[in-house]
Amino acid sequence: MSSSEMRSVDRNFGDLLRAEAQGTRRSGLIVGAVVLIVLLSMLDTGLLDAQRLGEGLPAMWQLAGEMVPPDFSRVGDYVRPLIDTVAMSIAGTALAVAFSLPLAFLAANNTTPNRAIYHAARGLLNVLRSVPELIMGIVFVAAVGFGTLPGVLALGLHSVGMVGKFFAEAIEHVDPKPIEAARAAGATGLQVIHRAILPQVMPQMSDVTVYRWEYNFRASTVMGMVGAGGIGFELMSSLRIMNYQEVFAILLCILACVTLVDALGAVLRGRLK
Amino acid sequence: MLQLEGVSVTYPNGVRALSRTDLGFAASQFVVLLGPSGAGKSTLLRCLNGLVPPSEGRVCADDLGDIHGPRALRTHRRRTAMVFQHHQLIGRLSALGNTLTGRLGYHPSWRTLFPLPRADRLLALECLDRVGLAERALTRCDNLSGGQQQRVGIARALAQQPALILADEPVASLDPATARHVLGLLHEICKADGIPAIVSLHQVNYAREFADRIVGVADGGIVFDGPTAELGEEHLAQIYGSPAAMARGARPASEGRAKVSAGPPSEVALSETPMSKTA
Repeated sequence: MSSSEMRSVDRNFGDLLRAEAQGTRRSGLIVGAVVLIVLLSMLDTGLLDAQRLGEGLPAMWQLAGEMVPPDFSRVGDYVRPLIDTVAMSIAGTALAVAFSLPLAFLAANNTTPNRAIYHAARGLLNVLRSVPELIMGIVFVAAVGFGTLPGVLALGLHSVGMVGKFFAEAIEHVDPKPIEAARAAGATGLQVIHRAILPQVMPQMSDVTVYRWEYNFRASTVMGMVGAGGIGFELMSSLRIMNYQEVFAILLCILACVTLVDALGAVLRGRLK
Repeated sequence: MLQLEGVSVTYPNGVRALSRTDLGFAASQFVVLLGPSGAGKSTLLRCLNGLVPPSEGRVCADDLGDIHGPRALRTHRRRTAMVFQHHQLIGRLSALGNTLTGRLGYHPSWRTLFPLPRADRLLALECLDRVGLAERALTRCDNLSGGQQQRVGIARALAQQPALILADEPVASLDPATARHVLGLLHEICKADGIPAIVSLHQVNYAREFADRIVGVADGGIVFDGPTAELGEEHLAQIYGSPAAMARGARPASEGRAKVSAGPPSEVALSETPMSKTA
């Protein structure tokens, strides 16, 4: 009796050990596959081309050398473009929120009027998200001319893709109980949205908006490169005449502003919690 | 006042929650729908304000006829307030903000995009005062206790100035002492204002204490309908299935039941009834 018990215990341990070994083999396979994919990607992009990298290194070093010391002699000329850039990011984010809000209710499972509209709204959000803002910038520069306006339109429209999606997800995760209560009190569809759903999703929506503003500020610094106004335009001009000391000065100004905007954004989002 | 005519409800997933039911409610009564969880009480209540549309039959209000279509539904829901088991409040909003939800049915959609009129705010504050929460009017609801939250739920219902109150297990999520207090408050307000109420409960003792009329619900059907005094052992057995299950559901009401059955008043003796019957 006791020996049969021993055997059964032995057999159980054996099973456990085999299962454990199988688990180890599986994770080994997964790690191996990931490493292989990473290596193939590096090979494809030339990151493993030691000779070419070796030749490039001195050039990079030289470029870096030409950047210092930063030349702040024209710093007064950066103030206005930097203000433009901040304005672009704020106006663009506002535009994004204005379009995202109605789209999100159409693209959320629980508030969409019907499946066709749901898929149309989701599709539109995907399209807007997948066209890069730089491409949109080029298109809008062609449409409305140089300046900050095409930048705002490009940032705003591209942002709708992400902001609208996140808004829709927030709406889908809303607590349905207060909605039922509002309906039971005779509220109309619009009243349910405004008085039962919006109060619940306000924190998430504000969080996404502030986060997107931070992102849009960083994105708007390059909008100038396609002629869509802001500090990026100055950056491009200095790059064209290969004045790398000025380029470095502008980059430092941008870095300071990005740090400031991100810090402000973090404070704002902390307040919303 | 309100009539169910041959109403049945089958949910999209095939569950038949309510089988063909005819039921009428008269004005100024405090009616308790009594039955175990899953008996169909919630479905029955939600038919009464159209939150659950009947699969067959119709729900008729005195002056509106069949409550069907957005217009009739809105009119009916505005004057038919509902109190929910889980309060159904918005935690981030103040007690006052939640109470004002009861006023939405009185305004067109565009009007409620702006702050509600002062008269509505005053009314909402009065309603909060009636449930003893005027002091907490500006407190966020997620900072209130369970009992306080349900009192805000009652205030929201009162803010509708309702002609009828529906309450779906209003005290099931509360501890016994708080439950007794909150249900007492609801009963007192309904009696004082002459508002009829239809309240679903699973506790026999509360039903006996507060109801004018009891409707027993079991397995999606009505198994008892009559004045509270007529509810006897055999009806409870029907509502709760087996007498043992009934004894479990009805334990706190042992005194009331002892009078009806005129048997030994101890709980042990009562729960042994089936054995003595078979013996």
